[in-house]
Amino acid sequence: MQKTALHQSHIDAGAKMGEFAGYDMPLYYEAGVMDEHLWTRAHAGVFDVSHMGQIMLEGAEAMALLHTITPSTFVGTPVGMAKYTVLTNKDGGIIDDLIVTKISETKFFAVINAGCKDKDIEWIESQCPETVTMTVLKDRSLIALQGPSAEKVLHETLYLDILGLKYMRMVQIDELYISRLGYTGEDGFEVSLPSEHAPTFWERLNEHEEVKPIGLAARDSLRLEMGYCLYGHDIDEKTSPIEADLSWLVGKDADVFLGSKRILAEKEAGSDRKRVGIKILDKGVAREGAVILNENDDPIGQLTSGGFSPTLQTSIGQGYVESNYSSPGSQVKVEVRGRKLAAEIVKMPFITPNVKTAKKA
Amino acid sequence: MSGIKYTKDHEWVMMDGDVAVIGITDYAKEALGDLVYLELPDEGKEIEKGRDFAVVESVKAASEIYAPVSGEITEVNAQLVDMLDDLGSDPEKGWIVKMNLSNKSELEMLMDEEAYQTYIKDL
Repeated sequence: MQKTALHQSHIDAGAKMGEFAGYDMPLYYEAGVMDEHLWTRAHAGVFDVSHMGQIMLEGAEAMALLHTITPSTFVGTPVGMAKYTVLTNKDGGIIDDLIVTKISETKFFAVINAGCKDKDIEWIESQCPETVTMTVLKDRSLIALQGPSAEKVLHETLYLDILGLKYMRMVQIDELYISRLGYTGEDGFEVSLPSEHAPTFWERLNEHEEVKPIGLAARDSLRLEMGYCLYGHDIDEKTSPIEADLSWLVGKDADVFLGSKRILAEKEAGSDRKRVGIKILDKGVAREGAVILNENDDPIGQLTSGGFSPTLQTSIGQGYVESNYSSPGSQVKVEVRGRKLAAEIVKMPFITPNVKTAKKA
Repeated sequence: MSGIKYTKDHEWVMMDGDVAVIGITDYAKEALGDLVYLELPDEGKEIEKGRDFAVVESVKAASEIYAPVSGEITEVNAQLVDMLDDLGSDPEKGWIVKMNLSNKSELEMLMDEEAYQTYIKDL
């Protein structure tokens, strides 16, 4: 099993370790999932996400490459701006979801999923024109700091000047790439840095009284409350971005890209099924794979993620349903071990995001 | 309590006269993490040793609770659903079901307190 540069730090902190995408990763620490989740929403949590892949695409046609392999448009995107997008295949399915940041008009930084690293790299390589160089940043780690205190913590512990940094923007400070974004719905940062500096950086953050280390289990419950997709569960090579309710990431002027035929047709006419948020109204917890039923108990879809929401203190999930059941407010049922739990289709996110630019409800 | 017997799956059985009282150990409860829901069986249900008869949900996962012995469920501790903290080794508060045994000799295959404590020390 592979290890990140912070492996020993996790063990020293008493983490319960487990395998994720070929890496031995912290699932939770001594506080446990519930406390870690709520701590992140109230203060700041620090996450080791170094198992994720970091790549750099550079060359005159780097932007053209992105316009082929993703439905997004990077023309006119300001330098330093990050975008959430997907790699699509020729059939319009999703190879991976990723964040792409424009470093310059000819240079882009991308963070890809750990479990998709090898396949993505091979895929991008196969699509790369000769003028574009792809560099896999194997010697870099990635640390996420998330929560309402994240800005204060990063400023106080490392004296980094990030106070003016806007949501979905990156700033380079020496060898650090600091992006104001994350996977929790809280204000926060993801910091890419050379792995040799990662343990010191991690320790410094953890010394702050408002910081606790957070494992992958709470990372999952935090992202679920935000309605973010988990690759391999909520999206995969068969689902299109339109089915996944990600049509917003298709660029306005995007015309010919991989899978554009299906994706643009579905964008126009709608898809047969759609990813939705589901709130369980009865007691019980519905998880991935649970069948969603209509009022006549006929199956209309399946949960692709599900679990208990520590913030809402109820079970939530996301899944695909036939599109005529996808409107918020639709009453459905979710079958858990033979019990049919009352449930409702709801708008995602399930919580009010607290990111820098989000308006508070 | 000396009369309590244990399984390798961390369930306990205490005989109260002819009635078997069943629960899970504090060790199991700790390992499950933050508990959020307990799904109980119906009274009158016949259960078979080694088969699951209840499910406890934590934030992260659903875990089945296996019957340490076979028999008929005579009583269910419905209060536990709202008092998940009570689940555990304390037979007064933490019991899950009571049952009539169909085969008392099954008790002899279970671990006593000392054997169980040795067993969890090595886990």
